[in-house]
Amino acid sequence: MIKAKNVNFYYNDFHALKNIGMEIAANTITAFIGPSGCGKSTFLRLFNRMNDLIDGTRLTGTCLLRGKDIYDKSVDIDRLRKNVGMVFQKPNPFPKSIFENVAYGLRVNNMGDKKYIAQRVEESLIASALWDEVKDKLKKSAFELSGGQQQRLCIARALAVSPDVLLMDEPASALDPISTSKIEELIHTLKEDYTIVIVTHNMQQAARISDKTGFFMLGELIEFSDTKKMFLNPEKQETQNYITGRFG
Amino acid sequence: MKRFIERIIESLLTVSGGITSVAILLIIIFLFKEGIGLFGSPTVEKGYSLCVHSTNRVSSLTVKEIKRVFDGEITSWETLGGADEEIMPFRFETVFSRYSDEELGENYRLLTDKLGQLIGDHPNIIAFLPQQFVPVDVPGVKVLAEKHVSVADFFGGNEWMPTATPSPLFGVVPLIVGTLIVSIVAILIALPLGLGVAIYLSELAGERTRKWMKPAIELLAGIPSVVYGFFGLVALVPVVQQTLRLPVGETAFTGSLLLAIMALPTIITVAEDAMRNTPRTVREASLALGATNWQTIYKVVIPYSASGISAAVVLGIGRATGETMAVLMVTGNAAVMPRSLFDAVRTIPATIAAELGEAPAGGAHYQALFLLGCILFVITMIVSVSAEMIAKKQQKQQKGQ
Amino acid sequence: MNNHKKRSERIAFMLFRTLGLLVVLILFWILGFIVYHGIGAISWEFLTTGPADGMTSGGIFPAIVGTLCLVAGSILFAFPLGVMSAVYTNEYAGNSWVVRFVRVMTNNLSSIPSIVFGLFGMALFVRALGFGDSILAGSLTLGLLVLPLVIRTTEEALKAVPYSYRTGSLALGATKLQTIRRIILPAALPNITTGLILSIGRISGETAPILFTVAAYFLPKLPNSIFDQVMALPYHLYVIATSGTDVEASRPVAYGTALTLILIVLLMNLLAAFLRKYFGKNVKHN
Repeated sequence: MIKAKNVNFYYNDFHALKNIGMEIAANTITAFIGPSGCGKSTFLRLFNRMNDLIDGTRLTGTCLLRGKDIYDKSVDIDRLRKNVGMVFQKPNPFPKSIFENVAYGLRVNNMGDKKYIAQRVEESLIASALWDEVKDKLKKSAFELSGGQQQRLCIARALAVSPDVLLMDEPASALDPISTSKIEELIHTLKEDYTIVIVTHNMQQAARISDKTGFFMLGELIEFSDTKKMFLNPEKQETQNYITGRFG
Repeated sequence: MKRFIERIIESLLTVSGGITSVAILLIIIFLFKEGIGLFGSPTVEKGYSLCVHSTNRVSSLTVKEIKRVFDGEITSWETLGGADEEIMPFRFETVFSRYSDEELGENYRLLTDKLGQLIGDHPNIIAFLPQQFVPVDVPGVKVLAEKHVSVADFFGGNEWMPTATPSPLFGVVPLIVGTLIVSIVAILIALPLGLGVAIYLSELAGERTRKWMKPAIELLAGIPSVVYGFFGLVALVPVVQQTLRLPVGETAFTGSLLLAIMALPTIITVAEDAMRNTPRTVREASLALGATNWQTIYKVVIPYSASGISAAVVLGIGRATGETMAVLMVTGNAAVMPRSLFDAVRTIPATIAAELGEAPAGGAHYQALFLLGCILFVITMIVSVSAEMIAKKQQKQQKGQ
Repeated sequence: MNNHKKRSERIAFMLFRTLGLLVVLILFWILGFIVYHGIGAISWEFLTTGPADGMTSGGIFPAIVGTLCLVAGSILFAFPLGVMSAVYTNEYAGNSWVVRFVRVMTNNLSSIPSIVFGLFGMALFVRALGFGDSILAGSLTLGLLVLPLVIRTTEEALKAVPYSYRTGSLALGATKLQTIRRIILPAALPNITTGLILSIGRISGETAPILFTVAAYFLPKLPNSIFDQVMALPYHLYVIATSGTDVEASRPVAYGTALTLILIVLLMNLLAAFLRKYFGKNVKHN
C-alpha cells in the first residue's frame, strides 16, 4: 500500500529524517514510536504531504502510494489528501454542527447529493461508534461534545470521504483513559476497511493495537518489525533500552 | 523614613491607577449636566416671549406651531384653535420701522406702552418680544404660557434649525440619519475590502510582504483626520462629482468613501489577528480532508474567527460614527433629511464641530450640542462594550478548544 | 469537479491579491498626492515665517510653535500620569476586579470620539475651571485623549519585562518600589519611549479637541504664557482649506501644511519602528 525508499527530509538545515525505507501493507495497523523529536510525526505527515505547509522543508527519496509517487508533479494534492485521511493529536472540530463537521469533506470535494451526504454522515458516525451518542443532536455545535467524543467525531470526519489510508498522529494523547480505550477499540475495528498508520508516545498502546511497529530515534528508523517481536525480542540495543526504560 | 516615602509614592500610584475612571466619570458629569439642561430651557429663544390679544382663546403653542406661524405656513387662528381670523405675526425688529425714534421717547421709555397699544388694537396679532419690553398688566395683552423643549421635540423632531427665531428647532433625527447613512455605507465599503486584505495578509502573503505591508497600513491609521479631510476635499470630491455626474461632489457618499479608507486599518488589523489565531490544527484538519486552501479559508478560518471579525466591524463602526473633521470637510454639511446617498448630509460630530464655536455658552443651542455629544458618547460606549464582549466570547471559544 | 474547485480558488486568491494591492495603492495615492502638491510649498522660509496676505501666502511658523506647545503640555500631563497608572495596574493591583475595571475604563476612554473630548474640555477646563481658550485647557484636553494610549503602551512594555527580573531583585532584599525603579522601568524604557513617540504623533494631528479649547484662527504673535491662545497645524489646515479668506488662493499653503503634518507622523512612526528594532535586538542579545 505505502512504500518509502531512501527518504531524507530537512527543515532548513536540520536533517529530520535520515534515509528511511519502509513498506506498509493494506489493512494493517502500523505504529510509530520513539522519543519526542525523533521524526515519527514528520514521517507520518509525508504521506498526505502535510509537510508542504511548512516553509523551508526539503525532501529527497520516494514515497509511493499504491505504486504511485506521492510527490510527483502531476499529483493533485487535494485529491491525495482526500484519499489519505488524518486524525490529529488534539480533537480539532470545526466551529460547525456535528453533522456539518462530518459532511465537510464530502462537501469540499463535491461528493454526492444531499441524500448521499446524509447517508455517509450516518455511516461514518456509526463506524466511529459515535452514532448512538449524537444521533439526536446532529445540529448541535461540535464543541458541546466531550473531548473523547470530539476525537471520535474527527475520526468520523476523516472516514466520511472514504480514504484508503488513515493517518493518526497521537490520536489519544489528549484524552482520559476511558476515552482512550474507546478510541483504541475503534481503531481495531477500522482495520478491516482501512490501512492505518498511528504515531503514539504510549508504548502500551502501540503494543495493544498495532500489527507492526517502527521505532524512530534522532531521525533514523532504528527498527521496523512485527509488534510482538519488537516488544518481546527487539533486535537492536536502542530499542531494548527505550522499551524497557519506559516499561520499567 | 525610607518606608514612609515609599508609602507615599505607592499611594500616589494607586490614585493614578484610577485616573481613567475619574476621567470618564467627569466626562459623563459635564456632558450630561450641560446637555440635560436643554430640556429645561424654553421653546422660545431665551429672554423673549410671545404675546397675543387677551381675547385670543389660544393660550400656548408648540415649537412647530410657532415656527409655522412665523414662516407664514399657518395663516389662520382657527387652525390653532382660535377664532376664524387671519394671524398677524409681529417681530420685534419691525417696531423701529413702525414708530419713529421720537414716538418711542428717550431710551425707548415709551416702547413698552406702544407695544401694549399695538397688541390691544389687533385681536389677531402674535408678537415676538424681548421680555424687558413685554407690556405686563396691560389690559388687552396676554402672554403665551412658556413651554419647555421636550424630549420628544429633540429625539422625534426632523428639523435641525438651531438659530431660527422665534423658536429654534432642535430635531435630531436628520443628524442621526446622516450619521447612520455615512457610517453604514462606509462599513459596507470597508468590510469586504478590509476582510479581503486581512485574508491576503494572514493566509497568502509571504513573510517579506507582511513585513512592509503591516507598517504601511499602520501609517494609514496614523494620518491625521484633518489631512484625510483635506485630501477628500481636493482629491476625492472632484472625482466623485465627475464620475457620478453630480451637481456637487460633497455628498454622504463622499464621506462614506473617505471613512471607509480611514476605517480600513482598524478592520484589517483586528480581522487579521483573529484569523491568525485560528489554531493550526483546525486548518490542517481541513486540508487533510482534501479541501483546497480557499475552501479551508472560507469554510473553516472565517467561521472560526467570526467573533474577531465582528469585533473588527464594531470597532470600524465606532471609528466611523465618531469621526469628525474628515466628515465635516467632505459631506457638504446640510442639516436636512437626506433624500439619497448623493445628497449633502451632516453627521452628529460634524454638527458639534461646526456649530459650537457660534453657540453662546449656556444657551439652548449650546446645550443641544452637548446633548448631541451625550448621544455620541452613549453610542461609542455601546460599541466599546459590545466589542469587549465579543472579544471575551472569542477567548472563551478558544479556551474551550 | 476538481477543476471547478481549483478555479474558484484561483479567482478568489487573485481577488485578494488585488485588494491588497488596492490598499497599498490608496496609501500611495494619498501620500503621493500631498507630497506632489506640497513639496513645492515647503521651504525654510515656509517653516519659519508667519502667514501673510490673509493666510494665502507666507509660512506656518506660529502654527508649528503652537503645536509644539500643545504636544509639550499634553505630554507633561499625560505621560507621568499614564506611566504611573500602568505601573499600578501592572505591578500592584494583581488580577483583581479592580484591574479588570480599570482596563475596561481605559478601553472605553480610548473609544470616545475626539469631538466629545473637545466638548468636555470646553465645559470643564475652559468654562468651569475658568482657564479660557488657552494652551493649558488645550493641553489638558489632548492629554486626556492620549492617556489611554500611554497607559496601554506602558503596560505592554512592563509586561514584556521578564518575570525573573522581578523575583531576582526581590530575592536580593529590594523593596517592590526599588525593584520597579531600578530594574523594571529601565528595562521597559525603550518600549515606553516608543509609546511616547506614538502619542506625540497622535497629539500633533488632532483637531477636534482643540477647536474650542485653544486653537486660534489667526494669531501672528507667539504665546507668552500657558493662558494664551495659539494657532495649531491641524486647525490651521482646516481653516485655510474650508473657511480662509480666499480658499483657492491659499491651496499651496494648505498643501504645505498637510505635508508638514504627514511628515511629522511619518517621522514619529519611523522613529518608533527604529527604536523597537534597535532595542528589540539589545534585549535579545542580553
